[in-house]
Amino acid sequence: MTEVIEFQPGWELIVGLEVHCELATKTKMFCGCRNEFGHEPNTNVCPTCLGLPGSLPVVNGSAVEYAMRLGRALQCTVSPSVFARKNYFYPDMPKDYQVTQYDKPTNTAGKLELPDGSFVGITRAHLEEDTGKTSHQGGDGRIHGAESSLVDYNRAGVPLVEIVSEPDIRTADQAKAYVDELRKIVLALGVSDAKMEEGSMRVDANVSVRPVGEPEFRTRCEIKNINSIRSVGRAIEHEAKRHIALYDVGEKPTQETRHWDEEHGRTRAGRSKENSDDYRYFDEPDLVPLVPTADDIARIDAALPMLPASRRRRLAEITGAAAADVTLVVDRGHDDFVVSVVGVGADAKKTLTRVENDLPPDQPITLAPQSFAQLVIMETAGELTATQAKQVLAEMLENGGDPKAIAAAKGFEAMASGALEAVVDGIIAANPADWAEFVVADDKARKKLSGFFTGQVMKATQGQADGRAVAEVLARRAAR
Amino acid sequence: MTARVAPTAVSIAAEVRGGTRSARSVVEEHLARIAEREPAIHAFNLVLRDEALAAADAVDAAVAAGDDPGPLAGVPVALKDNLCTRGVPTTCSSRILEGWRPPYDATVVERLRRSGAITIGKTNLDEFAMGSSTENSAFGPTRNPHDLTKVPGGSSGGSAAAVAANFAPLALGSDTGGSIRQPASLCGVVGVKPTYGVVSRYGLVAFASSLDQIGPFATTVHDAALLLEIIGGHDPLDSTSIPSPAPSLVDVLDRGVDGLRIGIIGELAGEGIAPDVLARLHEAANVLEKAGAIIDTATIPAAMYGLSAYYLIAPAEASSNLARYDGVRYGLRVDAPTTAEMNELSRTAGFGAEVKRRIMLGTYALSAGYYDSYYGKAQKVRTLIINDFAKAYEQFDLLLSPTSPTTAFALGAKTSDPLTMYLNDICTIPSNLAGQPAMSVPFGVGDDGMPVGVQLLAPLQGEPTMFRAAAVLEAAMKETSR
Amino acid sequence: MLPMPKPISRADVAHVARLARLRLTDDELDQFTPQLAAVLAHAADVEALDVTGVVPTAHPLPLRNVVRADVVRPSIDRAAVLAAAPNVEDGQFRVPSILAEES
Repeated sequence: MTEVIEFQPGWELIVGLEVHCELATKTKMFCGCRNEFGHEPNTNVCPTCLGLPGSLPVVNGSAVEYAMRLGRALQCTVSPSVFARKNYFYPDMPKDYQVTQYDKPTNTAGKLELPDGSFVGITRAHLEEDTGKTSHQGGDGRIHGAESSLVDYNRAGVPLVEIVSEPDIRTADQAKAYVDELRKIVLALGVSDAKMEEGSMRVDANVSVRPVGEPEFRTRCEIKNINSIRSVGRAIEHEAKRHIALYDVGEKPTQETRHWDEEHGRTRAGRSKENSDDYRYFDEPDLVPLVPTADDIARIDAALPMLPASRRRRLAEITGAAAADVTLVVDRGHDDFVVSVVGVGADAKKTLTRVENDLPPDQPITLAPQSFAQLVIMETAGELTATQAKQVLAEMLENGGDPKAIAAAKGFEAMASGALEAVVDGIIAANPADWAEFVVADDKARKKLSGFFTGQVMKATQGQADGRAVAEVLARRAAR
Repeated sequence: MTARVAPTAVSIAAEVRGGTRSARSVVEEHLARIAEREPAIHAFNLVLRDEALAAADAVDAAVAAGDDPGPLAGVPVALKDNLCTRGVPTTCSSRILEGWRPPYDATVVERLRRSGAITIGKTNLDEFAMGSSTENSAFGPTRNPHDLTKVPGGSSGGSAAAVAANFAPLALGSDTGGSIRQPASLCGVVGVKPTYGVVSRYGLVAFASSLDQIGPFATTVHDAALLLEIIGGHDPLDSTSIPSPAPSLVDVLDRGVDGLRIGIIGELAGEGIAPDVLARLHEAANVLEKAGAIIDTATIPAAMYGLSAYYLIAPAEASSNLARYDGVRYGLRVDAPTTAEMNELSRTAGFGAEVKRRIMLGTYALSAGYYDSYYGKAQKVRTLIINDFAKAYEQFDLLLSPTSPTTAFALGAKTSDPLTMYLNDICTIPSNLAGQPAMSVPFGVGDDGMPVGVQLLAPLQGEPTMFRAAAVLEAAMKETSR
Repeated sequence: MLPMPKPISRADVAHVARLARLRLTDDELDQFTPQLAAVLAHAADVEALDVTGVVPTAHPLPLRNVVRADVVRPSIDRAAVLAAAPNVEDGQFRVPSILAEES
């Protein structure tokens, strides 16, 4: 990526994203409490996730498995890892330290491919435990101005993978695409349900700007409380503009954590920096290192599902469409179907179009590829018009059934291509002068004459012929 | 000092299991002794009179019904008050946990219950196990049963005193830098720190996680062996628990020491050790030699740095382990308009001076810019100590040293200067840093008539060998006892 | 070899007390500072040791890969949990105003 993208004239936007994904394991990271959203407060707790005196953590093997899977999907290097304590006081932290991974994380040095083919580097993806949840009383329900708070530890100890990107992102759209793609990968892997609105996926953005051409990075701010993909874009753009505005008047942004206020469309300063960020990391003495073997990694690689980028690539190759044009079908999870349908002989481009436009977008496809293929083949061969094909499809979706049978039942005579050609030949033979003109005509004139011949064929077939098929036959005949 | 013949755990269990004595009568006997001498000694934070009698009745009922009441049926056990006991206050001798009732039992407590043992009380300790005299308890010190003007040692002073005063034949303590062995030595009882990972730490209120171990106090080596067999062995709730069953000890006790190579640690047998303690050490070595062991001098050069490494590592881990006492979920809360202030006021009111000192020391040792110089370096010193032990154990099967540099000192004698107090641990700390087992065996008295203990050290999981030598020393003491 | 850091100062102790959420009086600061300095000075004797190339020991045991199966275990009864709480409301732990935003 050598070409500089300007955020505003003369200014470049630099964004790195930290995404936290709650893992969809049955139990928490370090204890056997249920990992489930929506229960009565403080009912999924035990001595360990409450941090009671004397309690000890034991690592959830599935969480480690999921983390490695996610790492390999992001092309990371999976390494031996060590848990560490990150020490700071906050009421949602039962132990007033968080068990996380510090200088020896599970995954490092990966990359994520965006739909447009560009890559964003992944610095690391590590395991850690989630905190409890605070709700604030008094004020307007936000922490600023609250008189007191209530803490629920059901979420404390839920396994998280934190994915940290390199500061490679240069536009708000790219940031949104990154989050979206990461979400799709995570869903494809089945390691998280990644719902931003429920908090099982959380995005923090590190935003800075610099004058185009300046090699060093400038002060960055961390933006939290971004609750949707749309907010990712809004928050980043707002913050970047805020920085530029400060520089423009000879000031500069303070390095700090800020909160995105969706309602007012702005960021606000968060904790003051008087509170030093000295986390006093040290290796967690209650846990021992994790050392995955080459076999472990090979097993994980072998079991990786096809990921969105590969799916897009596959579909683009098969259909000859541009990568951008296959995204919708892949996102809906309908690409396997297209591949199967094309695999039994249907025209790829037509199949893609029909699947994209005519199948319910939000459901998995229950039709048999053979049947769908047959429908596409019939349409491609001119046996059905586009309209007729849609009607047959609707019937297939509602009541099932075989396209040929449905077409027959609906009286859509399959104009076998041979039969159609015979009719066209007949019309040609009956109009030799017009045909001679047609053969030597330029495109414009041809169009007009084509209409005449098509009309004749329609009369002869009582409207059963497919206009395009007729045009095709005419063109073929003229080329001989 | 009255020479009172109090029953051992082994003899009590045999009688109760055999139906020749009721558990109730056992508990009543011990409660009577407690009533008589506990006011002067203050071994306990809490005596569980009613609970113990009820548990005794349950044991008697089981025996009457022909059910197996367990290997320690009817045996009273005192538990250091940093071991979680469900529904029973567990205070760590701190105001910050005064009255706190855990909603769960420590694994060792559960194993004891299943064995038929009867918890007779929670014993006093230095607050959060930080100390060597039990003078740092928020609820007043414990006194040495042999001389009430003297300390019992610490931090498990209450457990050591309880056994020495025959309030219970067995007790559990915890040992992070010597907190079982040193009070055992000062009180004239057997005290064992097992190999790190042999006994589950689940339910032990953490002080320094990579050093803490729970271990037995007893009046005899056999009793200590039996208790360790019961509480030890893999626990899936403790990730640092060794994946093996408890070591088999009782069966090997009589094997003797013929042919064993035993090394006296040179660095701990000279300067800094009181002459009378040294004299007992050499007598102990002679006993072992007479019994067939080969005695020589061993060297653990890095042991000299053990104290320094320990007083960086232990406080560092402690500063993190004690962060959870913030007034939010349990324990003392002093109200304030903000949570941060509430944390501060609660912790300031709840922690004693030594705990605060160690928290600050530990926080400093871990803080930005100092990690490499302090905590990081101390962890490397630890490796050097382990390496030195490894070299020594190429030459020797067991090592020998004093447990404590002196006999019990007077209450108040060492409280003015923390460093002076810390020096009590020079003999015991290296084993904690190496994770290796060590035990203190009573061996005579000092010039002041106060008990002296000698320390046996073994390589990882070397408990069986260690206990064999302990049995030999004990037998010799029995022969020469008054 | 790393140069030994400066001896701990009164300001250092005050800073560290804040990090540890402890409030010390002036007298305590005066008292604790030399005590901590003495312990740390004692720790300075490790300076004499050559630890180049020495791997730190975090654990005395070479245990690795200790994990448990992803199987639900019973949680504790909420009543037992909240019984110990200093301030409870709506089944949750109540705390005063939280000023510093961490997560």
